[in-house]
Amino acid sequence: MTRKNVWIAGLAMPVMIAMLLLFAASPRVTANDQPSAANAAVNIDNFVFGPQTITVPVGATVTWTNKDDIPHTSVSTDGVFKSKVLDTDEKFSYKFDKAGTYSYYCTIHPKMTGKVVVQ
Amino acid sequence: MKEKKQDLIDQNLQDLNNDGIDRRGFLKCMAWAGTGLVWTLSGGIPVSKAFAKGMGKGAAKGGDFTFVQISDSHIGFNKPANPDVTATLQTAINKINAMPHTPDFIIHTGDLSQLSKPSEFDTLDQVLKGASAKDIHFVPGEHDMLSDNGEQFLQRYGKGTKGTGWSSFDHKGVHFVGLVNVANLKAGGMGSLGNEQLEWLEDDLQSRSASTPIVLYAHIPLWTIYPDWGWGTDDSEQALSYVKRFGSVTVLNGHIHQIMQKVEGKVSFHTAMSTAFPQPAPGTAPSAGPMKVPADQLQRVLGITDVNYLVSGSSLAVVDSPLADSGSSASASGAGPGGS
Repeated sequence: MTRKNVWIAGLAMPVMIAMLLLFAASPRVTANDQPSAANAAVNIDNFVFGPQTITVPVGATVTWTNKDDIPHTSVSTDGVFKSKVLDTDEKFSYKFDKAGTYSYYCTIHPKMTGKVVVQ
Repeated sequence: MKEKKQDLIDQNLQDLNNDGIDRRGFLKCMAWAGTGLVWTLSGGIPVSKAFAKGMGKGAAKGGDFTFVQISDSHIGFNKPANPDVTATLQTAINKINAMPHTPDFIIHTGDLSQLSKPSEFDTLDQVLKGASAKDIHFVPGEHDMLSDNGEQFLQRYGKGTKGTGWSSFDHKGVHFVGLVNVANLKAGGMGSLGNEQLEWLEDDLQSRSASTPIVLYAHIPLWTIYPDWGWGTDDSEQALSYVKRFGSVTVLNGHIHQIMQKVEGKVSFHTAMSTAFPQPAPGTAPSAGPMKVPADQLQRVLGITDVNYLVSGSSLAVVDSPLADSGSSASASGAGPGGS
């Protein structure tokens, strides 16, 4: 664990610089196209999960935040994860330990759907 | 100004009585009426009536009656669209209490609470206790079934109901059916009744004669208003197929916080205003979230629905009535009736 942290710390700066350069060079790269950092965020805004599809590496934690004035939920269609009811500004996090595609929706407003792709 | 509007209403009322359903006239009236709704059930065909005058003394005959629909109280909501939803619900109740005739009962078409919290239901109970009509029928909205699959709702408001809270009752010759279309919603779908409830409904209606006026009420509209926002019920067509043989069917819904009206054959659909906050007309905003209007306008876009059943006529009248008695609200119904 300690060794891993040192390893991450040693790599962090060059990786960040590389990522900055990458984003500067090709602004069209989005979270949809490539696995994002270990911690990813989904904002619930205007009755939409954003981004609707998010791709993360195995072991990543995804955090949903409700930005609406109306409560929402984030519930896996296969029963893998289930948030409590999220009122305004409340958050829900889930760590994805297995690769796969996880479809989810808001049980209060089922038209709201999203996907987490774990690679 | 007020007299003129009354004339328009009376004229529409007349058209409706003479010709059966005059959809145009009806819609015009709805556009004027704004936010509360008076349903007059009279021989089974819809007629709209001015809220204040229509309820006048002397109009009532044996068998005639009035009931009121309120919807979407969202007790517990405290965002800018309406920081005090308890006060606006109280205003709605005051309006009901000021009616010349006490309505026989009240129907609440769901979203009593914002977050299904016991304290929210307590507050609602406290306000409703002050209503002149003591008999209140409820169906849940999706906000009333958060966290506990509606158990608390059933305990408090669903005595004697079946399944997730559906039930029926008869009142002075009219058959009322309360349906639940907010339980077990499927990903990507809209409102849903489910097979068990549909079977029950078919069975419930089977023994009624075709001349019995039917009133169906549920939270989410039982007709498709705007699928992108989930404003409809996936299996409502099945439910409506069971009422085809009846001479008069009235469908009352909430959920969309604005008046929408449609007449299809002998079925008249109507959605009521919220007592809490307005929502945008379909597709006019990025989402269906609460719509903020200037504070002095709020009570013109909130309201109650009043239904009056007249045995002697041949009509069922529905009138919307805003919380604010402003004389200048003739065109306040920005959302307007959707059917036109």
